[in-house]
Amino acid sequence: MTRTSQIPGVHTEPASSARTVTGLLVYLFAGLYFGVVLVKSEAASWYRIQEMFRFESFQMFGLIGSAVVTGMITTMLLRRSGLNSLDGQTIRVTDKEKGWRRYVFGGLTFGVGWGLAGVCPGPIFTLLGAGIWPMLLVLAFALLGTYLYGAFKDRLPH
Amino acid sequence: MTELLDFLRSPLPWYVGGPLIGLTVPLLLWLGNKGFGISANLRHACAILLPDAIKPSFFRYDWRNERWNLMFAGGLILGGIVAGVVLANPEPTRLSAAGAGSVQALGVQLRPGLVPAELTNLSNPAVWLLLAVSGLLVGFGTRYGGGCTSGHAITGLSTLQVPSLMATVSFFVGGILSANVLLPLFMAVMG
Repeated sequence: MTRTSQIPGVHTEPASSARTVTGLLVYLFAGLYFGVVLVKSEAASWYRIQEMFRFESFQMFGLIGSAVVTGMITTMLLRRSGLNSLDGQTIRVTDKEKGWRRYVFGGLTFGVGWGLAGVCPGPIFTLLGAGIWPMLLVLAFALLGTYLYGAFKDRLPH
Repeated sequence: MTELLDFLRSPLPWYVGGPLIGLTVPLLLWLGNKGFGISANLRHACAILLPDAIKPSFFRYDWRNERWNLMFAGGLILGGIVAGVVLANPEPTRLSAAGAGSVQALGVQLRPGLVPAELTNLSNPAVWLLLAVSGLLVGFGTRYGGGCTSGHAITGLSTLQVPSLMATVSFFVGGILSANVLLPLFMAVMG
């Protein structure tokens, strides 16, 4: 990919506070879309997550698999199209940091938590919206967990 | 009219839901070059909530640049209201026979809803423990691993990132272990 030059007159930084608010509102709608899909596809269902981790149904594997394939193809097409993002930037994907320890140890830790109450971060918010108030407890402890990582980050292998 | 309502209330098959999830990746790139991920919100919330005096350096950054991610989380809550309350599926999740059997073996009844009543019944102290431990591991693990299901399994794999493959495999190893070993143990003890 070659970097295309900026369109004259289009600023990458937020131009005004009013524009920032409408700009941010778009993400509220994107979240609404994703939240509806999480519930309607049953990815936010504790039952489905248990079924998945016990290999008792193809449902969740088909769901995640087709999501990845769709994301892969459409992202590639978007980048190849040479289209800029709505705010005029060249579309680019930030590479994840190199290494393996953090991905293995962090990934295992998250996986164990996910398998217990069947919650990953997206569904925590969506289930709260669905009126499942005990998710507030999950959220509070997820914030505590995040804080503990921040506090002990330098002593952990990365 | 009732047919439309029935349709809106019913779940999506995986081959429709999956592609709709996958489209979030190019959608956020197109809207503003944003990498799709949700767990970073937990970090932003810490950055907002923690007083400066006790803030570890990990939370010292300008979270205002990441407001879009907080808006996205707000949208997720709205999505829960729309799909989980207004258009909630009145039927129980249609599990496979094996899945229904396993859930029952855990002492959980299959009723309509996304999370069983047995796991949200806060009059049981064991439920507090389960939800707290689960949340703690999710919060710590997502930050340590640098992402969650959306950031690594969906976005990372979609964009062919090797670290995300390692993270996703680890998510599954941890999840298989906890769903098959830890949760049954926990449910047996809590009775």
